[in-house]
Amino acid sequence: MTPPAPGRDRGLVRPYVVTDGRSHPTRNTFDLVTLVMAHDDRPLGGLSPEKRALMELCLGGALSVAEIAGHLMLPVSVTKVLLGDLVDSGHLSTRAPIPSAQLPEAQILQEVLDGLRARL
Amino acid sequence: MDSALASDHGAYGAHPDGGVYLRRTVRTAAKILIVGHFAVGKTTFVGSLSEIRPLRTEETMTQAGALVDDLAGIEGKTTTTVAMDFGRLTLSDSLVLYLFGAPGQQRFTRLWQDMTQGALGALVLADTRRLEQSFDVMGLLEEHGLPYAVAVNHFDGAPSHPEEEIREALDLLPETPLVTCDARDRISSTRALISLVEYLQTRTAAQEHV
Repeated sequence: MTPPAPGRDRGLVRPYVVTDGRSHPTRNTFDLVTLVMAHDDRPLGGLSPEKRALMELCLGGALSVAEIAGHLMLPVSVTKVLLGDLVDSGHLSTRAPIPSAQLPEAQILQEVLDGLRARL
Repeated sequence: MDSALASDHGAYGAHPDGGVYLRRTVRTAAKILIVGHFAVGKTTFVGSLSEIRPLRTEETMTQAGALVDDLAGIEGKTTTTVAMDFGRLTLSDSLVLYLFGAPGQQRFTRLWQDMTQGALGALVLADTRRLEQSFDVMGLLEEHGLPYAVAVNHFDGAPSHPEEEIREALDLLPETPLVTCDARDRISSTRALISLVEYLQTRTAAQEHV
């Protein structure tokens, strides 16, 4: 385990306030590497400061759930709750992580291997 | 990479090699865990390979171990924070690989479920001075059914042992790959990952022929 970063400012708001006391997202579709994309045609007015920050981050381009949590310095569980709300409201859409049913693992492994070898 | 995008969002701190955001053409995200005991070099390994400045996520746990189920009213309980560092490698126009440096503590069960779900496999980093400390994490991987290879991270001044001795000390199966690496070195770390993925391939091929 790596100790928490020293001096990281988590702000004044506790995680359970950010999520209105919820600890589970409205949908159970988020993996750490689920890719998230923002829709730029949705109004940001009325969003909480955390959701607005999340949208501002995601409007720059696609990111994984883990990256969003890391950039916003929010726990993954809290990030998933916010993401669920924003998918429900049409602000975000997701691309599933490894769609194993559609893309066989053998093919992914070969692509990973090719990509790694190309870096040597 | 979309370096213009990254500089537009400089507040999020891009690694010199690439932008913060994924290429628009990326369709698939794969995941490999880098695991091992405290101070074995997980974060260094992830940092050597990542195209982005490695990121950290944290999760709050009750001291008893379960992730806080009801986040309301936790002030009275002792909580602890567990962190994992991770990085990213874009391997092709359509494929991105995430490396998660995972803590080995068994009590963080939900975090482990999150991390292992959908992972291709794991690389166990080991230190010859503390081989016995790798057992916990290897047991956890076996519990979660996640295949792994072992990479002995080279530390200056650490004794070097014949491979057979290390295999025996770690009680490795004959097919489990054992390699050495220097987590500070990108090429060496890449080679260790390649050994893991080659092993995963042979397993997948064997399963298809059953």
